[in-house]
Amino acid sequence: MTETESTPESAIAPDELVVLAPDVLADSLPDYLRAWGKRIRGGESGALPIIVGLLVISIFFSVKSNSFLTSTNIVNLFVQSTFIILLGMAELYALILSEIDLSVGFVGAVGAAIAMALISAPQNWVWWAGLIVGMAACFLIGAFQGTIITRLRIPSFVVTLAGLLGWQGVLIYVFDSDKGAVGGVITVSNNIIDDLVSGSMTKAAGWILLVALVVLYAIITIVRTSRRRAQGLTTPPLSITLLTLGAVALAGAVLVFICNRNRGIATAPVSGVPWVIPFVLVVLVAQSFLLARTRLGRYMYAIGASPEAARRAGIHVARIRTVAFALCSLTAGLAAVVYASRLGSITIGFDGGTYVLYAVAAAVIGGASLFGGYGKPIHPLLGGLVIATLNNGLALLNITTAGTDIATAAVLLVAVAVDATLRRRSRPGAGG
Amino acid sequence: MAEGAPLLELRGVSKVFGAVQALSGVNFTVPPGKVTALAGDNGAGKSVTIKTISGLWEPSEGEIYWEGERVRFHSPNDAESVGITTIYQDLALCDNLDIVQNMFLGHERRRYGLLDESSMELAARQTLADLHVTTIRSIRQPVASLSGGQRQSVAVAKAVMQEAKLVIMDEPTAALGVAQTKQVLDLITRLSGQGTAVILVSHNLNDVFEVADQISILYLGQMVASGPAEEFDRQVIVDYMTTGQSSRTEATR
Repeated sequence: MTETESTPESAIAPDELVVLAPDVLADSLPDYLRAWGKRIRGGESGALPIIVGLLVISIFFSVKSNSFLTSTNIVNLFVQSTFIILLGMAELYALILSEIDLSVGFVGAVGAAIAMALISAPQNWVWWAGLIVGMAACFLIGAFQGTIITRLRIPSFVVTLAGLLGWQGVLIYVFDSDKGAVGGVITVSNNIIDDLVSGSMTKAAGWILLVALVVLYAIITIVRTSRRRAQGLTTPPLSITLLTLGAVALAGAVLVFICNRNRGIATAPVSGVPWVIPFVLVVLVAQSFLLARTRLGRYMYAIGASPEAARRAGIHVARIRTVAFALCSLTAGLAAVVYASRLGSITIGFDGGTYVLYAVAAAVIGGASLFGGYGKPIHPLLGGLVIATLNNGLALLNITTAGTDIATAAVLLVAVAVDATLRRRSRPGAGG
Repeated sequence: MAEGAPLLELRGVSKVFGAVQALSGVNFTVPPGKVTALAGDNGAGKSVTIKTISGLWEPSEGEIYWEGERVRFHSPNDAESVGITTIYQDLALCDNLDIVQNMFLGHERRRYGLLDESSMELAARQTLADLHVTTIRSIRQPVASLSGGQRQSVAVAKAVMQEAKLVIMDEPTAALGVAQTKQVLDLITRLSGQGTAVILVSHNLNDVFEVADQISILYLGQMVASGPAEEFDRQVIVDYMTTGQSSRTEATR
């Protein structure tokens, strides 16, 4: 209140307004849109350009190929993207800290391989116990690497590069010691884990889940907004809240509608939302919650921008960084489980070295910064979708892997260039 | 110091780094609720003095008294826990966090284990209003968007928020333009008006005369003059800062 009515002569210069979120300035819809427009021109556009880019790519492919915009292909595309999205979310923890973790691919695979080996014959553990042990292994590996990075003050690049090699070795060792592994393949023998990607919920369940989520989201938003308003704090205009809600509901409805159409053949119809989509959603919400609403998340952003400021604020920097690396590896484990579920097995030829690069690319294409301190879970989600769309669409056009790789590289370069250029323009102090 | 016990007192503090005598037998008194300027040329020992007070290192010799009691600061946390906050030139703010987040960094309020944003935002707003910081458009903007003076204001408000009894400011106006310098000096006056003692480290004499109640001058690691600001004029201070003595005054040694 007092802030918004501040003396005009000393208010911030107009071009500095671009770094403000529109909802902290605007009281009405037109104001909001104006502030938003200003932000976009100033390079603080958030997720918009990437969403527009995604739409453009999709339109291009749907014009070029008749099979791109079929529900079969769209659902397939979503399912393909989930592994890289989750791996990107793992990498996000490192990127926020202004670090990098090159080992996420193989660390995740080690965890998933342990879990699958324990669940299948001859061990035959109950599925959740195997999963817990596998994911705990990932968490410990991450904590171990994080400890080396923080205590011995070795750059994360080097430690996780060693991890990239070392954990691949451990992965091979897991395959060698598992008597159930035949020819370097551990099969997913449990129906629940197999159904994570291959299985779908019923059509009705999809709609019920969507309605429940939208209602929950609406209630949370309205409660929070009205509480802030009651305390005299700034809130986004009601129209914006309603528009956001409407957009979320519409997007969800389109998604469920597409998933609920028959994507099998006439004799064996397949329909419904694949379980992996709500699974990714759960990980997304959990990570968003941790980053935005807890001290741990706040400190991770602080350390990413200025470790010195964080240290002087009394934050235990080494501990926070170690926990972040552990969470990074844990999320990678979840990603690898999704990978195994999709392929029905995990093999000794798992290409963790390439996947980690896709993970970094997904986070950065989506809008997370390589320079630390910026990035939200929605960024790897969007970036992962872009990569999956490119791979999927180019494959439909019968373009070779060579062409796909080059196209992905070009998109990555453009995304990083846009990020660096716009950031330099709008945030001179932010270090790029 | 006629008016009651000092808030902070250094008695015979020396600091030796290898062969270098950075401080020798420094006596320094800081009264509560006043602005004490610590002046001196580059290399006179201003930084060493404030780093000793803020607990960054311990004196080689001598004693520190806080509110009349002997204290030993082994770390910055020790100094902070009694109520000493130091604002360094680089301010230690996180550019990507907003004003509220920066003001509460390391001291976040929580509710059911989660960050209590509303409560922090209200408190931050109140503190800034108390300090008459009115040039900030929204306290939810990242500090990257602030001017130098505004950033200084946020750093000061952060100290106030943590209920500091003594705020040490290291060259707060060094990088600022005229208008922003005035903003910061007003802030210092208001801070001491609220009962917080301030040590202003500066070699800008305009600043010193504008806000200081007490002036202490260091020369080559020794405290060469201390006294109420009225006892000094510009020429006297320059004499002390450059030669360690002045023939024109009898300010207490």
